[in-house]
Amino acid sequence: MKDFLNSWGISLMVFGPLVGALAMLVVPKAKEQFHKVVALAASLVVGFIGILLMTNFDYDAGGRLQFVVDKAWIPIINSRYIVGIDGISLPMIALTLLIVPLCIIYSWNHFPEPKNPKAFLILILILQTGMLGSFVAQDLILFFVFFEVVLLPMYFMIGVWGGEKRQYASLKFFLYTLFGSALMIVAFLSLYFLSDKIPVNGEMMHSFDMRLLPELATGISTGAALWIFGGMFMGFGIKVPMFPFHTWLPDAHTQAPTVGSVILAAVLLKLGTYGFIRIAIPILPGAAEKWAPFIGLLAVIGIIYGALCCLAQTDMKRLIAFSSVSHMGFVMLGIATLTTFGFQAAIFGMVAHGLITGMLFFVAGSTKERYHTLDISRLGGMLKSMPHMGWILGFSVMASLGLPGLAGFWGEFPAILSAYEPGVGLNVAFFRVLMVIAAVGTVLAASYLLWMYQRVGFGVPSKEFEDDPHLHDVTFTEWLAWTPMLILIVVLGFVPNIIFKVTDGAVSHTIAIVNGLGG
Amino acid sequence: MLAQLLTFAWSAPSLDYHALAPEIIVAATIVVLILLDAFTGERSRWASSSVAGIGLLLALIPIATLAYDGFDRVMFGGGFVVDTYALVLQALFVVAGYVVILLSTNYIAEGDYHEGEYYTLLLSSVLGMMVMASARDLISIFIALELVSIPAYMLAAWRKRDQKSNEAGLKYYLMGVFASAILLYGMSLIFGITGSTLLVVIGAELGSYVSSQPIITLGIAFVLIGFAFKVSAVPFHQWAPDTYEGAPTPVTSFLAVASKAAGFVAILNVLFIGFYGRHDVWEPLMWALAALSMTVGNLIALRQTNVVRMLAYSGIAQAGYILAPLAVAGATLGTGGEALRSIVVYLLIYAGMNLGAFAVVLAVARKTRSAEIKSFGGLFSYAPVLTVCMTIFLFSLAGIPPAAGWFAKLSIFSSLASAGTTAGYVLAVIVGLNSVIAFGYYGRLIRVMWMDEAPDGDRTPIKVPASLSFALIITVAVTLVWGVFPGALTHFTDQVTLFSLLR
Repeated sequence: MKDFLNSWGISLMVFGPLVGALAMLVVPKAKEQFHKVVALAASLVVGFIGILLMTNFDYDAGGRLQFVVDKAWIPIINSRYIVGIDGISLPMIALTLLIVPLCIIYSWNHFPEPKNPKAFLILILILQTGMLGSFVAQDLILFFVFFEVVLLPMYFMIGVWGGEKRQYASLKFFLYTLFGSALMIVAFLSLYFLSDKIPVNGEMMHSFDMRLLPELATGISTGAALWIFGGMFMGFGIKVPMFPFHTWLPDAHTQAPTVGSVILAAVLLKLGTYGFIRIAIPILPGAAEKWAPFIGLLAVIGIIYGALCCLAQTDMKRLIAFSSVSHMGFVMLGIATLTTFGFQAAIFGMVAHGLITGMLFFVAGSTKERYHTLDISRLGGMLKSMPHMGWILGFSVMASLGLPGLAGFWGEFPAILSAYEPGVGLNVAFFRVLMVIAAVGTVLAASYLLWMYQRVGFGVPSKEFEDDPHLHDVTFTEWLAWTPMLILIVVLGFVPNIIFKVTDGAVSHTIAIVNGLGG
Repeated sequence: MLAQLLTFAWSAPSLDYHALAPEIIVAATIVVLILLDAFTGERSRWASSSVAGIGLLLALIPIATLAYDGFDRVMFGGGFVVDTYALVLQALFVVAGYVVILLSTNYIAEGDYHEGEYYTLLLSSVLGMMVMASARDLISIFIALELVSIPAYMLAAWRKRDQKSNEAGLKYYLMGVFASAILLYGMSLIFGITGSTLLVVIGAELGSYVSSQPIITLGIAFVLIGFAFKVSAVPFHQWAPDTYEGAPTPVTSFLAVASKAAGFVAILNVLFIGFYGRHDVWEPLMWALAALSMTVGNLIALRQTNVVRMLAYSGIAQAGYILAPLAVAGATLGTGGEALRSIVVYLLIYAGMNLGAFAVVLAVARKTRSAEIKSFGGLFSYAPVLTVCMTIFLFSLAGIPPAAGWFAKLSIFSSLASAGTTAGYVLAVIVGLNSVIAFGYYGRLIRVMWMDEAPDGDRTPIKVPASLSFALIITVAVTLVWGVFPGALTHFTDQVTLFSLLR
């Protein structure tokens, strides 16, 4: 069993959804039930493989890559099929494995116009392969390929199943990300050519191996390293999204179908932050140290700017989208400190944001379905007309604003705290100023979230919706899709160590690389 | 006395018939086609496309055996070489020619055009391309180029009752002849300086002139500009969109893929063997051509409303990407090798994805009788398979994995970065920015297919004839397999070399 998992586990998990998608491809689209069952089954089987991997994962050695597979792929540039899981990628994989089946369950009777469950579910499965692949890839080119594969299904999900301005939003989303990844690939290649060579089958070749690159890249001059880091910064920063590259996000989120928004918020944005932690910073620690204050500054601007934008929104979904910008700012602030504590907070923040914002988008989607509008001024009295839904929204809002005891707290609070004592070589005073400003951001977060909740949840339903028959409370499939997330938000809030323990070894390992070779 | 004079003046060159077998087979097929057309009635004309296709497939056999043999064969005093480089490109031309025949079969038969002549000319052009891959002498390169072009002039004007087609042919012809004249003038200058038409000798001679001689610069520039017309690089591109739009669509696909590739092969031959030592002259020229081509091509493509014209401008931009590695190819032999291989990789992948895109355009036009972007509206609702195919090709052209185009673009980036010069990095960033611009129009077509309504609500499914389906299967398979396993491609291309200084 263990042997099998070691050699095949990850590949099965990554390409499992594709197998499901291929099976669906050959069956005509009229058989909707078949497509739904196959898609759910594929995502559950993949989830089961994931659970097997997680139970066999050696948590005492979380800093070490496990289940590693290393096979030749493109020999001429020495790019290899290298996959593996360590403590940093594990929580991300778990999040992906959880969110995708829940999205499929939620979609069961909720397919947005123009329906066509076959195409919609195939896209979700391709998306899952792309996301899982990005989190396990240990070769820069392999990572790049998966990173790009994620774009395609999301483009179609927004463009075909989205809201009124879907075409504009989908193209904007695509062009922004493409711009980032074009610069990122140039950065990867310059890194490849400037780093030292290693012997491969008796020949000296450059390498894309992420495991070796931190060491191989030590010889790169500071100037070149700064440029290369800049290229990666564009690629990952746009994905996060960091201020000022965030403008694609509100449009994409507002126009995307509910499930698209959920996956986008829960997993896709994390590809950016994950890229910083996994690739940019460990490989080029020297440049990271120079860039860190700048990143920290943009992160804090993002926190405040996102929060202020939230206060000005009239559309519930758009508000949640801007709150994403703000929350991802906290994650980036944690990363910018270049400390174990900051990275831990960032990873926790990624998971927590994935669950909570995913949940908020679910609720927003269901709200839209019932009210046919998300205009906050027209909503109201949700607690009266749909008490369960109202409470779930309230719960998610509390979690999102960082109430202690819920998951959001452990992403936000340690991230702010970590800025008090930034990593070696960073300007302490500067980061403490950032810390204070970021703390103000939490107050703003509380105000825009509570204000939104008051207008949506409290009061009495407006005349328009007074006795609208569409306003029925949470349905069975909704409960099924939401319960696991709600439970996890509470559990992670009370026992944050579940994640901190997993990431600890890997993060210490990464920071050791940063401190050992940087400065 | 006479016999003595003859033996003195002319001794038969020793011929390696194995090495010439691919060309001989295609030439024989051409003869068969002419005879078939002359001696059979109207009713058996349909056979000509099959004969032409089978002839090309047969030519693949000696190409495979030669590749398996694996040693370089040199003939005609060094003017004709059969090496890995030549074989890979010959295979490309033969397969591309075969796919074009598949695309033409129904179009030409149903349009009641002259089938016998059509396939004869098409194969003649392919033969010219095959010779081009092996030609290592200015004269044979020129002859190969004319053999490629002259049949193509006629093919472009094939729909002779259509004014646009006539315009296409005439424009192509005038521009082509103009380019040939410039090319010949450049060649004569080079010949005047070096005293030889053999590229190897030219390489050695030019390499020894360290000082900058205006005549050399002029000669090199004229030769390259002559070829720049062929590959429709900006600012020598004006003929391309009109010719592409007016010509019959299968011919357009042939011009856009095979004929253009032949132009690039000619550039590679003269550049890497003849002019390699004078990279100070051609590198800046190539840099400017590349940057201009991709930027101008992409920006104008954004404004197009006709798919074929859009593909024409996208082809101009792609020509810019293909030229880009040449802008840094002279730095070291290592970079030169990278550049050469990346261009060969790009040409192969470009052929697959672009022919595929044209195949879909042809299939859709069978129903809509139009190549306007609008007429693709709602394609997903009545022809999902065609839509998915086209989406794969467009994503490939845009360079997005897992379709093969990403690896082509990666190779270009990689060779630009391998030079490690500022010029290389700047051009790489320009390529990157252009990829984003390019998605603007590729994405628009995808959007129209997937997200718009059918323009007149007509949702009758499209009947795709067998030959067209087969062409689609080949191109989709190639695009996806090379995209997921680029190793299957580089296995052949990484042995490609082409240097005079390397001996």
